[in-house]
Amino acid sequence: MTQPFIKLENITKKFPGVVALNNVSLDLFQGEIHGLIGENGAGKSTFIKILTGVHTPEKGKLILKGNPIKIENTKHAIDLEIGCIYQELNNIPQLSVTDNIFLGCQLKKRSGLLDYETMHKKARELLKDLGQDIDPTLPIEKLGMGHQQMVEIVKAITKDIKLLIMDEPTSSLSETEVNELVKAVRKLKSRGVGILFVSHKLEEIFELCDKVTVFRDGQHVITGPVTDFTNDLLIHNMVGREITQQFPKIEFKKGEEILRVENFTRYGVYQKINFSLSRGEILGFSGLVGAGRTELIRGIFGADPIDEGKLYLNGKEENIYSPEVAVRNRFALLTEDRKTQGLVLGASILSNLIITCLWKFKKGLFLDDSKIGKAVDHNIKSLQIKTPGPDTLAEQLSGGNQQKVVVGKWLNSDAEIYIFDEPTRGIDVGAKVEVYNLMNKILEQGKAIIMISSELTEILGMSDRVLVMRNGSITAEIKRGNKQFNQEDIMHASWDDSAI
Amino acid sequence: MKNMNGKNIDYKEVLSKLGPLLALVLVSIALSLGTEQFMTVGNITNIMRQASINSLIAAGMMMVILTGGIDLSVGSITAFAACVMGVMIKNGIMNPVLLIAAGFGSGTFVGYINGILLTKLRLPHPFISTIGTRNIFRGLALLITAASPISGFPKAVQYPGTGDIVFGIPVSFIIVIVMYLGIHIFLNKTALGRHIYAVGGNKEAARLSGLNVNKILVIVYAICGFMCAFAALVMVGRLNTAFPLAGSTSDMDAIASCIIGGVSFLGGKGTIWGTLIGSLLITVLRNGLNLIGASADMQLVVIGLVIIVAVYVDVLRARAEAKSKRLAAKR
Repeated sequence: MTQPFIKLENITKKFPGVVALNNVSLDLFQGEIHGLIGENGAGKSTFIKILTGVHTPEKGKLILKGNPIKIENTKHAIDLEIGCIYQELNNIPQLSVTDNIFLGCQLKKRSGLLDYETMHKKARELLKDLGQDIDPTLPIEKLGMGHQQMVEIVKAITKDIKLLIMDEPTSSLSETEVNELVKAVRKLKSRGVGILFVSHKLEEIFELCDKVTVFRDGQHVITGPVTDFTNDLLIHNMVGREITQQFPKIEFKKGEEILRVENFTRYGVYQKINFSLSRGEILGFSGLVGAGRTELIRGIFGADPIDEGKLYLNGKEENIYSPEVAVRNRFALLTEDRKTQGLVLGASILSNLIITCLWKFKKGLFLDDSKIGKAVDHNIKSLQIKTPGPDTLAEQLSGGNQQKVVVGKWLNSDAEIYIFDEPTRGIDVGAKVEVYNLMNKILEQGKAIIMISSELTEILGMSDRVLVMRNGSITAEIKRGNKQFNQEDIMHASWDDSAI
Repeated sequence: MKNMNGKNIDYKEVLSKLGPLLALVLVSIALSLGTEQFMTVGNITNIMRQASINSLIAAGMMMVILTGGIDLSVGSITAFAACVMGVMIKNGIMNPVLLIAAGFGSGTFVGYINGILLTKLRLPHPFISTIGTRNIFRGLALLITAASPISGFPKAVQYPGTGDIVFGIPVSFIIVIVMYLGIHIFLNKTALGRHIYAVGGNKEAARLSGLNVNKILVIVYAICGFMCAFAALVMVGRLNTAFPLAGSTSDMDAIASCIIGGVSFLGGKGTIWGTLIGSLLITVLRNGLNLIGASADMQLVVIGLVIIVAVYVDVLRARAEAKSKRLAAKR
C-alpha cells in the first residue's frame, strides 16, 4: 500500500469540560475520497480544525508523507497543501470570481499593475477543467451557491492543495448543483487530490466515497471501504452513546392542548410543519444542526416572518407576528445563543431578570425599586444563581448561571409555553441537572415546554414526545415508552429519508 | 454614589467614574486662580446661560446614543423649531402658548420622522438617515424664513431664555436642571427608561424578550427632537431672534458632551449627569479661554484635545477594569 498523505496518530483534544477528540487515529491518502460521518458533537469539526491548524492537539502525532509535523495555523496548513472548504464559504461577495481565486497571489504585469487579462483567462480555464462555464469577471455574489463552491474548489487548486477537506459541501445546494459538485470532486480525485468529505447525507457517502469513517463522542469507531457498509450499519455505528448522566425526569399528567401549529412554512427553510403541544409535556425536537429546528421556533415566536401557516393557542387562532406579541401571549424563548440573543451582557443580573416583566413593578408612573429588589433576591435564591449580588453584570457569570438568569427572566414573565433551544449547551453537568429540575417545576405548574436539543441523551432523558426534523420537515414522531423511543431510531429519522 | 446593597463601595471605581467631574472642578479652580473675572457672579451666570442650550440638546442626544444610535440633525431641528415660531410671529400670531406649542410640536415631529426613517424604512444606520434629515430640516428652516432672521418675540416667549430667578440664576439653567432631573427619573425609574438601556445593550436580546424595539427607538428620537425644541425656545428667547442658520455646530457639541461624560458609543451605558458635566466642561473651557484672551482657533484645538483625552481616559479605565476582572477570576 502506498504511503498516506497524512497520518494522524492518537490525537486527543480537550476543551473545558469535554474531550472533543479521544485518541483518534486516521490515515488519509491522495487520490481517495474519504467520507467522515458522526452525530452532532462527535468531533468532526474539531478533527477538521486540527488538520487546518486552527486547533493544536494536546496529544498525538501528525505525520505528513512520513515526516512528523506540527500545523501552526491555517496559512501553514495551506503551505503544507491542506485546504478546506467550510460550510460557510470564505469568499468576498463583492469581488469578482477572478479576484477571489487569486486573492493574495495575484499575477502582475511588469509595470506592477495587476494582469487581469491573464488572470481572467486562467480562471476561466481552471473552471472549465471542472466542467464549469462561469464568467470570472462577475462578482461572486451574483453566482448561485453551487458555482460559488466551484470557485472555492478552484481557489484550492491554484494553491496546489493535495488534501481538500469539504465540510458539508452539499447542505445548501440543489440536486443539479450536487451532481455538478460530485463530478468536480471526482475530477479532483483523478488528479491525485485526496478528499475528506464530511456530510450528513448517507446517499452521498455511498455515491461518492471510497472509504468511510465514523466518529462517535470524540472517538474513532470504524473505518472501511464504503462497499462494506449499509445504511443501517453506518447508523448503528453512529449511535450507542452511553447515558452517563442521570435525568431527573418526572412524568406529569398531560393536560389539554395549549398550542397547535398547522402547515407552518418558511420557503426554503422549513415546510408544512404540523404539531400540537399539551400542558405538562416536554416536546423534544431532534435532528441535525441545520435541519430547520431553530428557524421553526423563531417563526413560531414571531422573530422571523413565516410564509404560510396557522397557529392556535388554547384552541383559538392567533397571529404571532412579533416577539412582543408572542410574549403577550405568554410564550418564552430561551435562545440557543445566550450571549448574543438571551442576555444584555453589559447590564446587571437585576436588569436582565426584570426585562420581561417591568410592568409588574409599576407604582403609578414609576418603578418600585424595593419591590424589584425583593423579587430579584427571591429569584436569585430560588434559582440558586451563584453571584455576589444582583448588581453583578451578566457577563461576569458562568455559563450555567447565565442560563439560570435567562430561565428566571422568563419565569418572571409568567409565560406558559417555554421554548428551550439547546438548554444546556456549554454548561457543566451539575448546572444541567439544575436546569432540568427547573423544567420539571415549569411542567408542575401546568405549563408546557418545547425543547430543541442536539444531544440525543438529553432528548431521550427529558422529552415526553420527540419530533425529528430533517431538511425542514418533520420525519418522525415518537412517544416516550414507544418501542422506537431510542437513539438508533431517532438517528434513522434524522439521517435517512427512507428509514421511517 | 450609593450602592444598592449599601455595601462594598469601590472607591477607585467611584473616582474613575467621577473623572469628568474632577476635571471640571480642576479646570474651574485653575481658572479662578488664573483670572479675576472667572469666579464672579456675573460670569458664573453667564456660563450657566451659555451651557443651557447645548445641555438641552445633549440630553436628547444622550438618549439616542444610549440606544446605540446617533442624531446628526439636532442642530437643524433646533433651527427649524425656532424658525417655525419665527414665521408665526411674522404672520401676526403672537399668542405665547400657541408659539411655544408650535415650537415643541414641530421639533418633536421631525424627531419622530427620524425615528420612522430608522425603523420603518430600515435605513441601515441613523448616521445616514440623520445626515439626510440634517440637510432637509436646515433647508426647510431657510425655506420658510426666506433665509433671513426674524425678530420680535413676545415677552413670555423670551422669558425662558432671558429671565433670572433669585441670585441671578438664569431661568434657562433652571430648565436644564429640571429636565435633567426628569430624564434621570425617566431613565432609571420607569419601564420605558430601563428598556432604552436594554435596547442599547443588546437589541436582539431585547427584541426576543418581547420589547417593541422599534417603538422604543421612535420614542427616543422624538424625545431628542423635543429637547431640541426646548433648546430652540431658550435660543429665540435669548437672542429675541430666530436664525435659520443657528446651531450649525450643535450636533458635534452635543455628541462631545456625551462622550466626555462617559456615554458609550456602543450604546447601553452612560448617565445623564455625566452628560451635564461634559456639557459644562466644554462651556467652562470656552468661557475660560475667552477670559484669558485665547483666540477662537485655539479654543477649537483645546476642546478637540479634551475630547480625545476624555475618551482615552475611558479606554484606560475599561482596560484596568478588564484586567482586575481577569485577576479576580484567577483567584
